[in-house]
Amino acid sequence: MIELISYGAFFLTLALTYAIMCLGLNVQWGQTGLFNVGVAGFVGIGAYVSALLTTPDAPDRFGGFDLPIAVGWIAAAIAAALASALLGAMTLRLRSDYLAIATFGFAVVVQLAVLNLQKLTGGPFGISFIPRPFGALASDPLVFGLCNLAVVGAVTLAVYGALEHLMRSPWGRVLRAIREDEQAASALGKNATVFRLQAFAVGGAIMGLAGAVQGHFIGYISPEGYVPILTFQVWAMLIVGGSGNNRGAIAGAILVWAIWAASGAALAAFIPADQQARASALKIVMIGVAICLVLLLRPRGLLGERATVSRHVENAGDHAKDKAS
Amino acid sequence: MAQGATAAEMEQKPAIKAQGLKLAFGGVKAVDDMAITLGRGEFLGLIGPNGAGKTTLFNMLAGTYRPQAGSILINDVEASGRDATARIGLGLGRTFQIPKPFPQMTVLENVVTGAQHQTGERLFANFLRYGKVKAEERAAIGRARELLDFVKLSHLAHEPARVLSGGQRKLLELARVLMADPSAILLDEPAAGVNPALLEFIISRVLALNAQGKSILLIEHNMDMVTRLCHRVVVMAGGRYLTEGKPAEVARNPAVVEAYLGAAA
Ligand SMILES: Nc1ncnc2c1ncn2[C@@H]1O[C@H](COP(=O)(O)OP(=O)(O)OP(=O)(O)O)[C@@H](O)[C@H]1O
Ligand SMILES: [Mg+2]
Repeated sequence: MIELISYGAFFLTLALTYAIMCLGLNVQWGQTGLFNVGVAGFVGIGAYVSALLTTPDAPDRFGGFDLPIAVGWIAAAIAAALASALLGAMTLRLRSDYLAIATFGFAVVVQLAVLNLQKLTGGPFGISFIPRPFGALASDPLVFGLCNLAVVGAVTLAVYGALEHLMRSPWGRVLRAIREDEQAASALGKNATVFRLQAFAVGGAIMGLAGAVQGHFIGYISPEGYVPILTFQVWAMLIVGGSGNNRGAIAGAILVWAIWAASGAALAAFIPADQQARASALKIVMIGVAICLVLLLRPRGLLGERATVSRHVENAGDHAKDKAS
Repeated sequence: MAQGATAAEMEQKPAIKAQGLKLAFGGVKAVDDMAITLGRGEFLGLIGPNGAGKTTLFNMLAGTYRPQAGSILINDVEASGRDATARIGLGLGRTFQIPKPFPQMTVLENVVTGAQHQTGERLFANFLRYGKVKAEERAAIGRARELLDFVKLSHLAHEPARVLSGGQRKLLELARVLMADPSAILLDEPAAGVNPALLEFIISRVLALNAQGKSILLIEHNMDMVTRLCHRVVVMAGGRYLTEGKPAEVARNPAVVEAYLGAAA
């Protein structure tokens, strides 16, 4: 029983780290229509920045700086926001497909950089001994697991709350207006490039934060954690959950991560040991099947986008709910 | 504002003064060496056959297209090198020939989006100065409701804009641009495809706006409406300035009649 709860806490904690990434992607794609296919790059930047700042001094590489975990997380978000702002400033003025090319290239560059800048990142060996929140409790797996879940759950909730607040704010309204008709929005004085850039940076910051949180939860990061398959997973989570809906992003992350974990377990149980490396590709197939099923049964995802209205309009909330149901 | 502005004042500080405007799409000279001046508080008509270049001229005045030559002064500020986003800050608003509502947003939200200088449009202010954001937002929503009353769309305030009819969309655009409170407004065929009862209503609303002191430049094919609304009419044909005058004079002008007939032939 205790083992089951421990495993449940572990599973949910990991799933929520993906949920945070998915919330970041939802700001960019779901709310703003920015096609970022380099999610792994921004997550990776966050993970490495925080690891570098919080790990104890290591003789074979630059740092670590042994700073508090919270400092690492904040720095991770800021670093990923700066990286997104820089990339966005160069590409958001161009046609929208250039953003896809640029973000994909960016993620590859990040992955190659962490692989090769051995003095900074530990190269292929990665960085270990990343401090874990409540590390002192590690001897009791149940308490340790639940405490970790509480921390990651609180971060998820805080990000969710902040995003909901923003989506119902005048800032969120302008973002929707630009997405629906850029020409009309600019005739009203709304600068589409500026708002898109902000949304892109906000999304990037959240992905960076998610990368940091995940790194501290697992305690170890390495370059192969930030390959394109991660981007694919986060996109699958958002599509399955319902693009444009923050709750959908969280639900999609948990469901897709469950499918991923379950298919991994099924492969381990049913496939002979010498074939397992090859069979692991089946996990990706399972996610693909899940996406197809959801899109057939619920084309807008588990929880589709709902009408969002300023919180200052009385009764409008009820009205919007009526419309959506 | 410029209510009861004298002719001399109108001459001195026009809302719009554009000269030598030129724009060609490939080989098509849509607008060629065109000049137009909208006086302060004036109600000016812009007419001409289909394809005369009226909308293209509008799009240059509104910053959507950058002219290949010429200058545009808006409230005495040179605007030809600045983009559409800057126009509302100079006091110039516009509507579109084919209305452009934000379809998934409610009618009320469409209008509120027109508000200017909102603290809440700054990302961090939503967390750091929430009290101010809240107060401004309430005021903006109150103003938007007044404007919806003004165009008689209040009963549809919480519907998504995509459910509106063509005529209602024109009214929504009017309310939305008024939310930004520009001193001059470009109206591109606000009555096209609108039923006669709604047409009278739209006429009464734009007259009320002009009486409040707003300068209005109107593109319209309905000559009856032009005659009733406009102080002065400029005629375009083939991308060029043809003539101007009082609505009744222009309608009788043989050159104008010929331009329309020529375009129809
Ligand atoms: N984006 C464009 N690309 C190419 N040609 C264009 C474009 N916009 C307008 N034109 C051409 O420029 C000319 C003027 O068009 P414009 O839309 O300004 O006319 P208009 O006077 O507004 O006509 P209408 O009364 O029918 O609205 C036309 O010949 C049109 O085909
Ligand atoms: Mg036109």
